[in-house]
Amino acid sequence: MTAQEVRLCGLLLREHFGEVVEKVGTQLLRSGAQNLRTIIHETGLSVDLVKKSLMVLVQHGACLFSSGRKGPGSPTEYRSGCDRILRILRYPRYIYTAKTLYGDTGELIIEELLQRGHMTMSGTVKTVADRLTQNMEEGRSMDYSEVSSAFSKLVETHFLQRCPPLAGAGTADSTNPAPGATPATPSTPSAPPTPESFPDCYKVPHMTLVGRGKRQLTAEDGEDQRNAKRQKMDPEAHGDEGIYWQVNFERFHLHFRDQAIISAVANKLDQTSSEIVRTMLRMSEVTTSPAATCTKPLSANEIFRSLPASYNIPRPILDQYLTLLVDDPMEFVGKAGESGGGMYVVNLHRALANLARATLESVVQERFGSRSARIFRLLLRKRHLEQKQVEDFAMIPAKEAKDMLYTLLSQNLVQLQEIPKTPDYAPSRTFYLYTVNQLPTARMLLQNCYKTVANLIERRLFESKESKRLLEKSQRIEAILASLQASGAEPEQLTEVEEMITAPEKQQLDGLRLHINKLDSAENQVDETIFLLESYVNSTATSTS
Amino acid sequence: MAGKGRGVAAFTFNIEALGIGRGSMPEARVGPSPLFPSTDFKPVPLKAGEDEDYMLALKQEMRGTMQQLPHNIKPQSNKSEVERYTERYLKKSQIEDEDWTPDWNLFPKELMPQTKKPRAKAGTKKKPVKISRKETEAMLSKLDALAKNDDRNPEKSDDETEKKPGNEEEEEVEAEEYDEEDIEEENDYIDSYFDNGEDFAADSDDNMDGEATY
Repeated sequence: MTAQEVRLCGLLLREHFGEVVEKVGTQLLRSGAQNLRTIIHETGLSVDLVKKSLMVLVQHGACLFSSGRKGPGSPTEYRSGCDRILRILRYPRYIYTAKTLYGDTGELIIEELLQRGHMTMSGTVKTVADRLTQNMEEGRSMDYSEVSSAFSKLVETHFLQRCPPLAGAGTADSTNPAPGATPATPSTPSAPPTPESFPDCYKVPHMTLVGRGKRQLTAEDGEDQRNAKRQKMDPEAHGDEGIYWQVNFERFHLHFRDQAIISAVANKLDQTSSEIVRTMLRMSEVTTSPAATCTKPLSANEIFRSLPASYNIPRPILDQYLTLLVDDPMEFVGKAGESGGGMYVVNLHRALANLARATLESVVQERFGSRSARIFRLLLRKRHLEQKQVEDFAMIPAKEAKDMLYTLLSQNLVQLQEIPKTPDYAPSRTFYLYTVNQLPTARMLLQNCYKTVANLIERRLFESKESKRLLEKSQRIEAILASLQASGAEPEQLTEVEEMITAPEKQQLDGLRLHINKLDSAENQVDETIFLLESYVNSTATSTS
Repeated sequence: MAGKGRGVAAFTFNIEALGIGRGSMPEARVGPSPLFPSTDFKPVPLKAGEDEDYMLALKQEMRGTMQQLPHNIKPQSNKSEVERYTERYLKKSQIEDEDWTPDWNLFPKELMPQTKKPRAKAGTKKKPVKISRKETEAMLSKLDALAKNDDRNPEKSDDETEKKPGNEEEEEVEAEEYDEEDIEEENDYIDSYFDNGEDFAADSDDNMDGEATY
């Protein structure tokens, strides 16, 4: 929980949940597990607000609670982790992926679940059907069963999972027939059970829900009707009460990782090789565990049979491609045996490490120039080199090589390793070797990325605050325009209203929009780097433990 | 050990071994490094394409929506007496009919709002958290253009209020008392810690010494 992470989490909470939740959230992040009284005391907010904020955080999975450390009688403790809150940065990417895989329905389902934290299946289906009906033309509406089937598909491919039933702190019944793990938690305040430890995690409940989406009428008149309808609809039970669903981020991350590998192969080699790797990954989707180092071995025969029909390459060509992939220094694909025409695996962890290494190299190149990047790559490959050797291998004149090395050293991208000849570490009798450690450097760059995103968000908030008056004015004018248009006004009235914004103000507004869009877009793209580096760091953590 | 002359830096080791000559030392620092140093290399432009534009739109939409959901908790600001014209249009865009009714099975009991005992503080304490943010704002600002919401919501919340306490009366009373005593005492001792059966505040002199020494 570094300072940069906490700062970024605070900003994300502020943007999406308000300042009150930000205060409570950062208090939890900074000080670990606390009970309700401590939080109230430290943040200085009223009891009511703190309770509501905690509920919002728990609803969205950002905060976990458990019975206190002193035993079952002590007050519940709340703890929060940075990871879940940092995922908020990636929400657009999740929604877009769902759209590409499952169309508009899938996109809206994921969007609703991300906005609400967790929901029941029936609630989600109804809301999504209503929204889809909104956008369809008059007279058509979306059937609930279509949305339900999309939902089931998402659950089958593990993109959605059930929320784990409440563990410990005070409920009477858990709706899942979970294996007795729940009552035993008070004594072990260790990691809460993951959603996957419950057997019904991916089971779609039997739900009685028939009907079609309801079209929402215009805002003014529809209010009364909507409220009346909601009061009527609420008492209906659909047979899946108490079963809540949440988005399974890990599954999305696996999907992103596969995408990154495939596009890297496509960039380095060619389209056909990337199709082969895509086929291999698709075949191993269900058999590979999330933390696996490499996929299960696949024989060349199987790969040949599973290639998509549009790629009818002959068998010997496929073998050649596979050999090429194995020989490539990137080591995405490895050979694991000779049976069945050759057994091949995709080396997942090594691929991640190579992708992270490429990221580091490109960072050095963009910040310090291509010659410094050459030195950096040299040190990555040769591990330890002396000053003189660096100059020779990199073929850079001594003075400049020295300068570059010292710049890299001052930025902490390169480290100095001392090897003494005598026990007293006398400088004249010690070897000084330059080296690059990939993992610590990756961590450092990851923290830089968090800091970058936090700076981008702050700058965006600053820009909006500067032009707050102008933004409000334009919002008001848009609202007036919309209401005028809805009630059918003449074009002269519309132009008159539009002219309320003067030309220089319009220019200012356009400039402001451009800046804000740029900053937002930059956040999205830094998040892609964050994803790569995080996956790499996490993969090394699991493989060494 | 003194160097060749005064004022020349003297090193304890042979500096040529590191490959640096005496003349190539960097200048001494004159102050803190600049806040925005000039960079030799400008950053690469952002990726621009359909995907990126779509994700940008998604991000801005999501931010806007989440700021209007009842999850977004606004601090109770002191509204001015006169409601500004701007705010009337902005308030209309709030998602009003979305009262957030969480499933209490998933939350610890102590987070439930206290619905039974009337508190001396603001009237918001009496009403359950299910009331949308509009209620709180309505109470704070005298001029309420959306008074009609007031008429509808109290009816509904009254119904649900009566149902809930009926079901979970006992546990709720215990949770309430526990919380109330803690908060009203305004010190770090939980009342039940001293279970001597006597009222804590009544025994003034003897117990006060134990309490005040720190």
